[in-house]
Amino acid sequence: MSTSTDLGVPAMRSGTESVPTVDPDAPAQTGKEFTSDQEVRWCPGCGDYAVLKAVQSFLPDLGLRRENIVFVSGIGCSSRFPYYLDTYGMHSIHGRAPSIATGIATAREDLNVWVVTGDGDALSIGGNHLIHALRRNVNMTILLFNNRIYGLTKGQYSPTSEAGKITKSTPMGSLDHPFNPVSLALGAEASFVARTIDSDRKHLTAVLAAAAAHRGTSLVEIYQNCPIFNDGAFDAIKDRDTKENALIPLVHGQPVTYGVPDDEGNPTKGVIRDPGTGGVKAVDLADLTGPEADHQAALDQLIVHDAHNPDPSVAFAISRLTDSGYLNTSPIGIFRQVERPTYDDQARAQINSSREAAPGTPTDRLTTLINGTDTWTVV
Amino acid sequence: MIRPAAPVELKVGQVSKQVKQLDRVIIRFAGDSGDGMQLTGDRFTSESAVFGNDLMTLPNFPAEIRAPAGTMAGVSSFQVHFADHDILTAGDAPDVLVAMNPAALRANLADLPKGATVIVDTHDFTKRNLEKAGYTANPLDSLGDAAPGHPMADFNVHTVDLTGMTVEAVKEYGLSRKDAARAKNMFALGLLSWMYGRPTEGTEAFLSKRFAKVPDIRDANITAFKTGWNFGETTEAFAVQYEIKPAEMTAGTYRNITGNLALSYGLVAAGVQSGLPVFLGSYPITPASDILHELSKHKSFGVTTLQAEDEIAGVGAAIGASFAGSLGVTTTSGPGIALKSEAIGLAVMTELPLLVIDVQRGGPSTGLPTKTEQADLLQAMFGRNGEAPVPIVAPQSPGDCFTAAVEAARIAITYRTPVMLLSDGYLANGSEPWKIPEVADLPVIDPDFATATNHGEGDDAEFWPYLRDADTLARPWAIPGTAGLEHRIGGLEKGEGHGNISYDPANHDFMVRTRAAKVARIADSLPPLEVDDPSGEAKVLVLGWGSTYGPIGAACRRVRRAGYHVAQTHLRHLNPFPKDLGEILARYDKVMVPEMNLGQLALLLRGTYLVDAVGFNQVNGMPIKAADLAEAVGTLVAEAEGIDLDPAVFSHPTTAPADHEEAPR
Repeated sequence: MSTSTDLGVPAMRSGTESVPTVDPDAPAQTGKEFTSDQEVRWCPGCGDYAVLKAVQSFLPDLGLRRENIVFVSGIGCSSRFPYYLDTYGMHSIHGRAPSIATGIATAREDLNVWVVTGDGDALSIGGNHLIHALRRNVNMTILLFNNRIYGLTKGQYSPTSEAGKITKSTPMGSLDHPFNPVSLALGAEASFVARTIDSDRKHLTAVLAAAAAHRGTSLVEIYQNCPIFNDGAFDAIKDRDTKENALIPLVHGQPVTYGVPDDEGNPTKGVIRDPGTGGVKAVDLADLTGPEADHQAALDQLIVHDAHNPDPSVAFAISRLTDSGYLNTSPIGIFRQVERPTYDDQARAQINSSREAAPGTPTDRLTTLINGTDTWTVV
Repeated sequence: MIRPAAPVELKVGQVSKQVKQLDRVIIRFAGDSGDGMQLTGDRFTSESAVFGNDLMTLPNFPAEIRAPAGTMAGVSSFQVHFADHDILTAGDAPDVLVAMNPAALRANLADLPKGATVIVDTHDFTKRNLEKAGYTANPLDSLGDAAPGHPMADFNVHTVDLTGMTVEAVKEYGLSRKDAARAKNMFALGLLSWMYGRPTEGTEAFLSKRFAKVPDIRDANITAFKTGWNFGETTEAFAVQYEIKPAEMTAGTYRNITGNLALSYGLVAAGVQSGLPVFLGSYPITPASDILHELSKHKSFGVTTLQAEDEIAGVGAAIGASFAGSLGVTTTSGPGIALKSEAIGLAVMTELPLLVIDVQRGGPSTGLPTKTEQADLLQAMFGRNGEAPVPIVAPQSPGDCFTAAVEAARIAITYRTPVMLLSDGYLANGSEPWKIPEVADLPVIDPDFATATNHGEGDDAEFWPYLRDADTLARPWAIPGTAGLEHRIGGLEKGEGHGNISYDPANHDFMVRTRAAKVARIADSLPPLEVDDPSGEAKVLVLGWGSTYGPIGAACRRVRRAGYHVAQTHLRHLNPFPKDLGEILARYDKVMVPEMNLGQLALLLRGTYLVDAVGFNQVNGMPIKAADLAEAVGTLVAEAEGIDLDPAVFSHPTTAPADHEEAPR
């Protein structure tokens, strides 16, 4: 039985390569071991529960020593996450988790570092740290819980809320144009960008596994429902009746197709290049099949998803298929995964090579350093 | 004023030269920002240090990298005070001004005492440059019969076409006129090096190395330097050469060092002495950036430097590194501290070691980026939300920045707390001879990582991250990778002991008091304060902190020389205060607190000890002048002693020797 969705992405140098693993002869770790003794205090029905459960059951699969896993969060509902995992963790300050995680990951090659953040934490107050973490490509995985609302402060619009949203702070409708987190991350040249959904355990787990395996900063946007302040924000992509026409699954090496299957089980929609805009657009495959209704001919015209394309332009274009208003259409999956040297690996390499080139004990070298070259002696 | 000794006749070449003995000289090199005055001053300082004089320096430069050439805004200067005895400041007023253009002359003339020597490069005294400097008439005109009221009447002026002679001297190297003229600072350095008998080998070696890749520039600079020396030796314009004998210093090996360099070395030393990798998260800011630059060179000591995207990320990364078992450090100036405040509060709450280095500059806001000030004390003390006590240490001289950095690290690691180190622009860029410590004498700092559970037995054994050491009240530092000690910390209030989130009112009250008590406990580890009260009869205590140490010491020497009693002490630790401070304050009738702010330490002393501290406050971006302070201290002494005297006796001594910074007696 497969516990995860095949995303078609082959493994490169692993993100967890230098993290100590559990003894293969020891009994397998369980999700329970990763569960702390703290009472979970999210609202009933919160999407965070599903993500927490998925992470708790997924972490043992990594086979890493629990004490070498660190979760760092900022501020917001989702940022309570580290308290519920029995690993090392820090619940830090608003927006700054990526910077703290950067310090941890750069200082210690042997740690598997996760950041848990939300749309307000990561994209509003912490936007600067997010884009710079992505640019720097420090080896860590950022889980961005996007509920398109401020929950902990009780219901103001967030940087991903649709324009015109009526909230406590915008009684006449929000005037802000929202960020698309995936587009933003691709614009920052992130080396791994993915999107998944709280309620799709299988897809979520598959994306987590790929993100953890990626060496560099992995940005995973997780659509997460807030039942109190923004309930139903993702209904169109979750509802059995509408989701097949709403979700555009991305699988590396496969043509980008979706839509309610036809009688023969074939997808009915797809994504093609749009010469008019230079971007991409979603089309009904029926419009591509021609008079012979040749399904293969239609597939041949579609974009074949290439997550490893060094140029992020196509991935960016695909990300633009996401609705910025109420979410009726959204691609999910791994938009981009490219290999790029990580900041922390290179920083440690500079230190290691400098150390190897320096003779003598630290004490001797300190003496040499502080003496310098121009000294005089008074007797 | 310079104290002349009996002139000695000496034959040098064809020209008869006098050699005069001086005990101390203050020289200021001033020119356009692009004229290389900082380099010239640095080289003169290095030569003086190697020669064995005691010295202090005061670089002073505009915030603009290249302000419009020839303007007053673009003037950059470097003052060096060197002596045959122990000195404490870079000097109040220069005895010698070297002015490379009209703006440099005009910007500095008002600082000169009567009788000062002025050496002027006449080359740039053109109509256009005079106008740029705001001169309506050439101040060098009619020098010969300078009448009272002539701007140069009070000075001993040497007009020399430094640029013209430089260009002539280096013409064989085929440089453009512009490049040739750029060597004029080395001509000036050569001339001054001759005048004061400085060794020259160091500068020649320096130039050879610096311009190794451009041989014609290298040769031109060396030639200009030597030509300047020879010019002094042969011209009749300079009839006197001066000798300032090496100073008597405590036995040991010395080097010249700036505050920022000493601070950087202190951080490297803290890493070596604690066995912890140093992790610097920093964002460039004047005048702290040099620490980032310096530490970036020391990767071989395991020092990681991250130039972050902003001040907050710099401290955030440092906190993360500390959580992971490094010595997290962040370096900045006042505006950066403002940005880091919330994160420093996080380090207070999570009780992680963290060094926060604030190289203070003029504020508020962007303020005076390149000028010095001590106005961040209250920001360091209170600049966070909630009750967020942070220990504060301050170095008192450039070389002392080394010791202060190691001490700050000791406190941070031992007590698991962020520590604020308050340097300032004067210490950062100023330099002095530094007696190099023996590494074996430096304190060893034990990180004392937690390795085992600390609560309960057997199957119930747990790790409680907030179970404290009974003596220090420090919590255990368990770093990721330690099996069985997995735990979560964060900015929410922690329950005492177990460290889980707690909103319990009584617990919060207890934790607030405990964090304060932990910082207060640091005082148990501090040595008694040293009070300098030579006669034991002083009624006035002068108490300072940070870089005012030099001016305060120099002012007290003056007051004592005039025959009065005054005591001095200086605080390394601003939070907590040393335990005996209250008792010491109570011993004196009057307490004066000189500060480069509007009375921040005085406010703390008044609040803590109910002492009627009197401020001496200056916020003009420059160090306090010893003469000004001596007058204020003297006036207070007179008041305390109930005597009537003219305070001018302290600031303008009329009795010989007319030195304004005496050696201690």
